[in-house]
Amino acid sequence: MKVLVAVKRVIDYNVKVRVKADQSDVDLANVKMALNPFCEIAVEEAVRLKEAGVASEVVVVSIGPKAVQEQLRTALALGGDRAIHIDTEELPDSLAVAKLLKAVVAQEQPQLVILGKQAIDSDNNQTGQMLGALTGMPQGTFASKVAVDGSSVNVTREVDGGLQTVKLQLPAIVTTDLRLNEPRYASLPNIMKAKKKPLDVTTPADLGVSVARTVKVLKVEAPAERSAGVKVASVAELVDKLKNEAKVI
Amino acid sequence: MSRLVAERDLEFLLYQVFGAEQLSQYPRYSDYDRESFAQILATAKGVAEDYFLPHFQQADAHEPQFDGSTVTTIAALKVAWQQFADTGLLSARQDYEHGGMQLPALVHMACNAYFMAANPASAAYPFLTSAAANVIRAFGSSAQQQLYLPAMLDGRFAGTMALTEPDVGSSLGDLTTKAIKHRDGNYRIKGQKMYISGGDQDLTENIVHLVLARIEGAPIGVKGISMFIVPKFRLHEDGSLAARNDVQLAGLLHKMGYRGTTSTVLSFGEQDDCHGYLVGEAGQGLSYMFKMMNEARIGVGLGAAMIGYRGYLESLAYAKDRPQGRAPTNKDPASKPLAIVEHADVKRMLLQQKTYVEGGLALCLLAARLVDDHEANHDEDAGILLDLLTPIVKSYPSYYGPKANDLAIQVLGGAGYIREYPVEQLYRDNRLNPIHEGTHGIQSLDLLGRKLWQHQGRGQKLLFQRMQATLQQAQQHSQLQPLCAQYGQSLQKFMHTVLTLGQTLQQGEVDKALANSAIFLDVMSQYVVGWLWLEMAQQALASSSADDPWLQGKLHAARYQIEWELPLAEAQLPQLQSFNDSWASMQRDWF
Repeated sequence: MKVLVAVKRVIDYNVKVRVKADQSDVDLANVKMALNPFCEIAVEEAVRLKEAGVASEVVVVSIGPKAVQEQLRTALALGGDRAIHIDTEELPDSLAVAKLLKAVVAQEQPQLVILGKQAIDSDNNQTGQMLGALTGMPQGTFASKVAVDGSSVNVTREVDGGLQTVKLQLPAIVTTDLRLNEPRYASLPNIMKAKKKPLDVTTPADLGVSVARTVKVLKVEAPAERSAGVKVASVAELVDKLKNEAKVI
Repeated sequence: MSRLVAERDLEFLLYQVFGAEQLSQYPRYSDYDRESFAQILATAKGVAEDYFLPHFQQADAHEPQFDGSTVTTIAALKVAWQQFADTGLLSARQDYEHGGMQLPALVHMACNAYFMAANPASAAYPFLTSAAANVIRAFGSSAQQQLYLPAMLDGRFAGTMALTEPDVGSSLGDLTTKAIKHRDGNYRIKGQKMYISGGDQDLTENIVHLVLARIEGAPIGVKGISMFIVPKFRLHEDGSLAARNDVQLAGLLHKMGYRGTTSTVLSFGEQDDCHGYLVGEAGQGLSYMFKMMNEARIGVGLGAAMIGYRGYLESLAYAKDRPQGRAPTNKDPASKPLAIVEHADVKRMLLQQKTYVEGGLALCLLAARLVDDHEANHDEDAGILLDLLTPIVKSYPSYYGPKANDLAIQVLGGAGYIREYPVEQLYRDNRLNPIHEGTHGIQSLDLLGRKLWQHQGRGQKLLFQRMQATLQQAQQHSQLQPLCAQYGQSLQKFMHTVLTLGQTLQQGEVDKALANSAIFLDVMSQYVVGWLWLEMAQQALASSSADDPWLQGKLHAARYQIEWELPLAEAQLPQLQSFNDSWASMQRDWF
C-alpha cells in the first residue's frame, strides 16, 4: 500500500510572529522555518504504517519555492521513501493546493493520503476536505487513531462531543490531530541517508494546475493587546457586565 | 526562544565565528552541509528539551537509591538515555566504518550544549560512555573493540573512567589498585575506587569500567600505571553476557549537586575474582587516560558554560518580568514599578553573566574547531594550540560559570534561594566543575608548568599570533578601536609576565615560579576570553546592522570584558612578575 503525505513549510512554532510594516503579510525575512507540526504527525503516522508492514512506500509532497526541499528532506529523514517538490514561487491558497494534490494523487494512485488537519501559519483547515471533494475519496478528518483493516481504514476523529469512529473505503484521506502520535526525532544516520533519497521536482504547469490566488489578502494586523481585567464586587455586577458590556449572555 | 541557549548566538558562533560550513572541505566531513548540521542540531535540541529538561528537577529531588544490592534511578532517565542512543548521538563522532556518522567536533559540541543546559547530571551517562568508547577505539585491541564498542555505541552498555581512590585523588602516581597476572593470560584486579560517576546504575545491561591499576611488580609512580577494561558482567566471545564480574558497589556518595549521576565507591576483587583486560601496553595507562581526560576536560568546560548559560537565560527572563522598585530619580510612590531589568545593578549582574557564559561557550567551540582542524585536516599547529588552551577551556567556564550562577541567584533574590526556581540547583550542579577532571589547581600547574613551554613554546606563539590577527581586523571598525588599543597595551604587559615566568622556570626555580599558578591561570584566561570577545564583536559588526539590539548586546559584553574584567587581571601582573610569596611563604603553624 502506498501512502502519500502532504507537508508544508511554515514559520517555526517557537518564533514570535511579526507583521510587516506595510501590513501586507507576516514578516518572514530571516525567520526560522520548520515542518508544520500537524504535517510532522502525518509523516510519523505514515512511517509507523510502513514499520508495521501495512504500508509499502511513503511518498511526501510539498508545494512552494526551492526552500521547501529542506522540509521534504526532514520528512525523508523521519522515514519517507521519496519526495515530490511542486516548484512555485506563488503561495497557492487552499483550493489551488488541493488541485495540485489531486493531480499528484492521479499520478501516484496512493491508497491513503495523510495531511495535517491545518497548517499553523494560516490555520485554514481546508485542504484535506477540498481534496476529498475534488477526488471523491472518503475523508476522516481530525484523526486521533488510524487503523487500516484490509480494504478499509477505521479513523477515530476528535469531534466536539468526544470521539467518533468512521470506517472509510480505501483509497481514503486522513487529516491528523495532535493526539494521533508523538513524532520521533530524526536520527543522525537517517538525516544523512535522506540526502540520497529521490526528490523529484515538478511544476504546477506540468500538473496542469493554475495557482493564481482566488483569495485576496487585504491587510494583516497583529491581534489587539489584551486590556487589563477589572474586579467586580458581586455576582450581580458580573452578570450585569456579561449581559450589557460583553453582551455574551 | 529556547530556554537552553540563545539559538542566534549558537548559530553565530558556529557559522560566523568558527566557520562550520567550511568544514565540509575536509574529506572526512564532505557529506555535510549547513542544512544537515541544522537538522542534526534540531534533533539534539528536541531530544534535550523533550527528554532531558523535564526531569532536571526530579532527578535532583530523587537521587539514585541503593538498597544494598541494586541501584534505582528515576524512570525518566532511562527514556532519556534510550532516546539519546536511538538518535545516534552516542556514536556521532565515530567513523562510518564503525557505525558512526563522522560528525565534526564543532557541531557535536553544539549538540552537547543543549544537553548540558537541559540536564547535565543525566547527560553525564552518555558523555562518559562516548569518552570511554573513544579510549577503547584508540588503544584497545581489535578483539576488545569488536567485543565492547558496538554495545557501547548503541546504548546497551555504558562506560566509566575509574581513576580516583579513597586516598588518591589528584596525585594519581600514588594509586594502589593492583592487577595480578593470571594464568589465563588476563589479570585479576584488586582495590577500591571512589567518586566513580556512573559506576553503577540501572540504565544498561552492562557497564564497562576503564580502571587504572598497577601490575604487581611494576614501578611506583606514574610509569607503573596500566589501564584495564573491567566489565560489570564478563562477556562470552559472541558478546552475550556471561558471569557477573567481581566488581561490587560499596556505596553511593551523596553530592551537593549533579545528583542525578550516581557517584560510587567501587570495590574490585573482594572475592579475588575480578577479571581485568589490559588495554594497550603495560605502563601506558595514564597517557591513554589523558586522551579521554583531554576530551572530558573540554566537556567539563562546556558543561560549566552551559549550566551558567541556562542560569543567565532564567534570570534574564525573570528580570524582564518582575516589577519592583522605581528609578532613583522617581519619587512618586503611585507610579508603576519598573521591571528589575531596568535597574543599573541588575543590568550589571546580567551583563556579567552574559559575558562569562557566552565567552565560555565560544572558548569550548574554539576548542572543538581546533579538534577538527587537527584530526580531520592534520593541522599540527591546531593540535599544539589546543593542547595549550585545554586547561583554560576546562577552567575558565568552571570558575566563571558558577560565578554566573551565583549572580543569577542574586538577580532572583529570595526567589533564587528557593527550590521553586531552578537557579539554586544550577549553582549546586555547576560547583562540581572546578573539582572534577583535574581540579582548578591541577589545571593551573599543567598550564604554567608544562603547556606553555611544550614544543619550544610554539603554542603560546600561535596564540599570540591569533590574538594579533584579531586585533588587526577589529581595528578596522572605528567602534572597536578604543577596546583594541586597551587590549593591545595590556597584552604586551601580559606577554612580558609570561617571559619572566618562563625564565625563572628555565633557571630551575620551579617552586617559586609555580607558587601563584592558579592566579596565573585566571589571568591568562581573561586575556584569552578578551581576545574571543574582540573576535566576536568584529564578526558581529561585520554581519549585522547597526540598529540590531543583538549586535549592541555583543558590543557591550566585549566592552565589559575589556574595560572591567581585563583590568582586574592586569592588576595582578605585578604580583605574578615579582613572585609575590604572601601565601607560599606561610608556614602551617601560622594558620
